[in-house]
Amino acid sequence: MLKTILRRVLQIIPTLLIVVTFTFILTRMIPGNPAATILGPQASAEDIAKMEIKLGLDKPIWEQYFDYIFAVLQGDFGTSYMYNQPVTDLIASRIPNTLQITLVGLLIALVIGVCIGIYSALHQYSAGDYIFMVLALVGVSMPIFWMGLMLVKFFSVDMGLLPVSGRGDANDIIDVMRHMVLPCFCLSTIPMATFARITRSSMLESIHSDSIKALRARGIKERSVVWKHALKNALPPIVTVLGLQIAGCFTGAILTESIFAWPGMGTMIVNAITNRDYMLIQGVVLFFAIVFMIVNLIVDIVYLIINPRVNYEGGGK
Amino acid sequence: MSDLQKNKTQQASPHEPLLSVKDLQTHFYTATGIAKAVDGVSFDVDAGKTLGIVGESGSGKSVTANSIIRLLPPRTGKIVGGSIRFDGKDVLAMSQKELVSLRGSDIAMIFQDPMTSLDPVFKVGHQMVEMICAHQDISKDEAKKLAISALERVGISDPVKRMNSYPYELSGGMCQRVIIAMAVCSKPKFIIADEPTTALDVTVQARVLELLKELQRDTNTLILLITHNLGVVWEMCDDVMVMYAGKTVEKAETRELYAEPMHPYTWGLLDSIPRLSDESKGLLRTIPGVPPDLRLTGTCCNFCNRCIYAQEICHKEVPPLIEVKPNHFVACHLQNGERTLVRESGDVK
Repeated sequence: MLKTILRRVLQIIPTLLIVVTFTFILTRMIPGNPAATILGPQASAEDIAKMEIKLGLDKPIWEQYFDYIFAVLQGDFGTSYMYNQPVTDLIASRIPNTLQITLVGLLIALVIGVCIGIYSALHQYSAGDYIFMVLALVGVSMPIFWMGLMLVKFFSVDMGLLPVSGRGDANDIIDVMRHMVLPCFCLSTIPMATFARITRSSMLESIHSDSIKALRARGIKERSVVWKHALKNALPPIVTVLGLQIAGCFTGAILTESIFAWPGMGTMIVNAITNRDYMLIQGVVLFFAIVFMIVNLIVDIVYLIINPRVNYEGGGK
Repeated sequence: MSDLQKNKTQQASPHEPLLSVKDLQTHFYTATGIAKAVDGVSFDVDAGKTLGIVGESGSGKSVTANSIIRLLPPRTGKIVGGSIRFDGKDVLAMSQKELVSLRGSDIAMIFQDPMTSLDPVFKVGHQMVEMICAHQDISKDEAKKLAISALERVGISDPVKRMNSYPYELSGGMCQRVIIAMAVCSKPKFIIADEPTTALDVTVQARVLELLKELQRDTNTLILLITHNLGVVWEMCDDVMVMYAGKTVEKAETRELYAEPMHPYTWGLLDSIPRLSDESKGLLRTIPGVPPDLRLTGTCCNFCNRCIYAQEICHKEVPPLIEVKPNHFVACHLQNGERTLVRESGDVK
């Protein structure tokens, strides 16, 4: 088990190198010059050249690349051009806000989605099943930005029930929670619908399996058959989707945070892109990649726990 | 209904048999029609006896067994007629709760594929303890001891270690023993063994059957043995019922059936047992054709299209199950006591 985990951790390194390289190349391909953006439209060519020297942008691209790689290896993600602060500090200051809505949104999605999926599987082809599955289809099909705007229109503008945007007064927990309702709901719809559908199909498969029939034939109580045996057998696909949805939630947060002016990573990366803040873009993307990989690693470890037949060590993969 | 009438001799017996199935009808509701998977099957079995049900795939053997413990797929499978009495109680009138407590305690079921009969993601010991605790009011430690002694009893070496194994770590034979061990724990009155040896190696098969016999001797258990292996029937069963397309075609004591089979289908089944001494130059005998579509049965003898003896009446009327000789029932127009069919000695095919 330990060997497996170690091997997975080692696999992360080349993946991250590829991510860093691609982000580096892609950010340089965005039209526009950071030095010019920082100095504004009135800046003279000389000033821009000076700024480029200051930012290190005058060096050949491969030199910039290796400088960046070495810095990253030492834990230095560079300094943001716009904020004039270390990228790591900026991420550290924003990440709690993003986690606040993504984790809450994901938790809501997981609990409700899995429960709906189990209900639908147990009542296959019932009216409830059809209603939930249609809703789930609507849920996965609605673009986040459109739904966010609709939510704001109905609940904030028309009915005045909830605040339009912002994070609220940090000292007033009720106020913060009121501000969280719409962004969290907005973030949770797609994962919730996905969980509901995947849980339904996975549960259906496990409920109709021979081993579940054998459990019933042994007189195990229905509650235990469904919630213990069938659910544990149905978990692997749900865990896979959970892993993907965690990553998806960070992407979703970029849109959601922009709509609700939530001061998290999402808003920061949008600003970084518009301002050609190379270091910040690279830093945030790298950070997302690391999160994604850690989540995947956890998913693999959870697999080992829930499914004893999984053996990553055997066979050439 | 004719089956029922002809069975009056059995009904009239003074004691009530442990298991009594009368005119059982189980239908499956499919998108393309109603499949009469079990169509009027009746039998009685006493404690300590073994009834073998034989027939090819799709003849309704397993559905009969599943109907008895009411484990049919919800929505599609439904018992639409007949009665099932076990141990003096009407199984069809039982609530879900009563059924759950009946299954696994008084009635144990052994399935065809032992590898899929255990939950793959829980350890063997956990599943045994869970089952024991579901039916007996004892602590987990006591249940564990009981499980270990049961595993020992069925011949599993190092049972303490096996308790901590996952099903995938055991062989098919071992899994089947674990399942029999579970049955041992609850001392059932009735064991349904649905092709218990089909998925096992020949060497293991004999041992599993022996175990079942031992268990039967010790606790006077009734065994309903479903199989398509006529050799197993000969070894194990007191009585045999031959099923075809959801109906009983022949029913008799095992010796009687082997000595004097009467239904053309039974002849075909017996002929298709491969024999080492066979002079048929390596060719295996078969019954030509396929069983009828269960959605379309009920207007004639189900076997008529495959029967080399079939006459006009066979295509027109459903043959009733008739007691042709004492305790020997046959459902064939041409074997009804008045008429007797002469079995052709030549190859069926």
